[in-house]
Amino acid sequence: MVTYIIRRLLYSIPVLFVSSFLIFTFVATTTDPLEAAKMQPNVNKAAIALVQKENHLDKPIIERYGYWVQDAFTHDFGKTILGSRPILPDMLNRLKVTLQLIIAAEVLTLLLAIAVGVYSAVRQYSIFDYSMTTLSFLGLAIPVFWLGLILQIIFVNIFNKWGVRIFYTSGLDNVDPGTGLHFLIQRIQHLVLPVFTLATISIAGYSRFMRASMLEVINADYIRTARAKGLIERRVVLKHAFRNALIPLMTLAAIDFGTLFGGTVITETVYGLPGMGRYFIDALSGGETYVIMAWLMVTSVMVVFFNLVADVVLGFLDPRIRLD
Amino acid sequence: MTEVSRPPEPGSPDAPLVDLDGTLYASGSQVRTMPGAPTDLAPELTDSALAHESGLELKARSQWAYARSRFFRHRLAMGSLVVLVAVLLCGAFAGHIASYSYDAIDLNNINAGPTTTAHHYFGTDQLGRDYFSRVLYGIRTSARVAFFVSILSTILGTLVGSFAGYFGGWLDNLLMRFTDLILTLPPLAVLLVAAARLGNGTINLGLFHLGQEYRVALILALLFWTGIARVVRGLFLSLREKEYVEAAKASGSGDVRIIFRHMLPNSMGPIIVNMTLVTAGAILTESALSFLGFGIKPPTAALGNLIAQGETQMQTQWWLVVFPGLTIVIIVMCINFIGDGLRDALDPTQRRIRA
Repeated sequence: MVTYIIRRLLYSIPVLFVSSFLIFTFVATTTDPLEAAKMQPNVNKAAIALVQKENHLDKPIIERYGYWVQDAFTHDFGKTILGSRPILPDMLNRLKVTLQLIIAAEVLTLLLAIAVGVYSAVRQYSIFDYSMTTLSFLGLAIPVFWLGLILQIIFVNIFNKWGVRIFYTSGLDNVDPGTGLHFLIQRIQHLVLPVFTLATISIAGYSRFMRASMLEVINADYIRTARAKGLIERRVVLKHAFRNALIPLMTLAAIDFGTLFGGTVITETVYGLPGMGRYFIDALSGGETYVIMAWLMVTSVMVVFFNLVADVVLGFLDPRIRLD
Repeated sequence: MTEVSRPPEPGSPDAPLVDLDGTLYASGSQVRTMPGAPTDLAPELTDSALAHESGLELKARSQWAYARSRFFRHRLAMGSLVVLVAVLLCGAFAGHIASYSYDAIDLNNINAGPTTTAHHYFGTDQLGRDYFSRVLYGIRTSARVAFFVSILSTILGTLVGSFAGYFGGWLDNLLMRFTDLILTLPPLAVLLVAAARLGNGTINLGLFHLGQEYRVALILALLFWTGIARVVRGLFLSLREKEYVEAAKASGSGDVRIIFRHMLPNSMGPIIVNMTLVTAGAILTESALSFLGFGIKPPTAALGNLIAQGETQMQTQWWLVVFPGLTIVIIVMCINFIGDGLRDALDPTQRRIRA
């Protein structure tokens, strides 16, 4: 197991290097952070040249990539080109916000999807099963940003009409966030809609997945054996079938969790949350090459890492799978 | 493949035909081939000779005919197909159906809610632009993008997947590691970088002057091919070991001929199903890109940027956001249902006809 993990980690190093080089080439050649400044007649040419020189913007791509790798390892991804802000502290702050969002979304998704999936499979072709199938098709067809906007319209109008504040529709905190329980409650009020928006598509997909996985297990021989030896149905479903049906979903959830670090761009934009997604959009609009690079690297590492976690978890849960 | 069809019995039009089909089908030599596979003629001749002697009416049907009839009986998929075609036709003939141009201004009806007066079915915005017309034009743009993405990524993905799967070895390794690499990157972020930086406006290829929808489609296609490549590679890995491929090799067919004449037709089912998934994904992704301001840009109307333009006043003029979004939901749902129906229809191991 340990050798497997080490080998996987070693294998991911060249992958990350190659992908970072390709992205760097692409981003660096197409982005000019000084584009706006150059357009302005009253910006000193010498100042622009100085910024270019400080950030090695005048060097060939290979050399710039070398400087970037050096910065990434020794200076925590370096500083922004305009304003020279250190990148890593900013990004860690953003990461905290995103982490709250995606952990809550993942928990909500798993709870709902497992319940719906198992019940649909146990009562296959029932009215519940059919309506959940229809709902999940609907969930898969709804654009995330549109769902967010619709929820905002609904809750803002409820507030305007009746003066009832159920959920906040933008931002993470009030101007005066308060402390203790009060702070917690209003933070939750802020996060409910984004979490729900983010979770909808996953719930739709996961519940289908759970249903299929459960159906496969329920038709297996050992379940028939369990029934034949006279176990009550509840025990067969929950103890024998459910546990095994859960394994594929756990793998999927682990992989998806890795992709979520870079997958909240739309939700955060719609709800104005200061997380990773917004950070990326801002960097993109500002042409901050090094912020974009740092962001892509952090999110790619998360994807690689959680893929490994998924495989290791699968190896633990499923004794038929040997990792070596 | 042949199918012996008996004269239809009153009262039960389908059932006996399916039964008979099932037994005959299972006894044939090609039970598990995909639609459109090159079939040898011998069993067909003997079957037809037998059938002729027994006096039954006989009709030769290809795998595609089977798939078609299965699909036509899939009610949900057929219904979705009808709705989708209707919506797309509305988009295609937007110029004829819409009462207004997408940027025409009706100053008498500013911020009007959905109403039948002056044909503002979906209401108007703060400039008095008719949202019904704008949605129709938006459908046209979004459909163009999705169509182009699905064609392009399917061709690219099929080429990569089939060569990787057929030749194996270092080529397979190279192509698949490259695919893995693309899959580790956050897709939306890469699309945003590409869309933001690959120049704006149109593509000029000498005589061809392509609109921005093709630029966006090209960018989407460069990410969307990976799924199809993996599916096709998997299929080719298993098809490569089949006897008919060996036979084709023994009879001196070249690699390219085996790939395109023998193996590809046998992989068409999953490829087509994947194409529908890509199309639905392309519509959703394009609308998200356009919403964020990195996809199709105004004044060209696309469903995503219509929503973005309506966002500023959505609390009071809800129709500006609701109708373009509903259109996306309907289109994507129809495509997904059609994909579901196609999956059932094109799966030769499944002969039960579903509702």
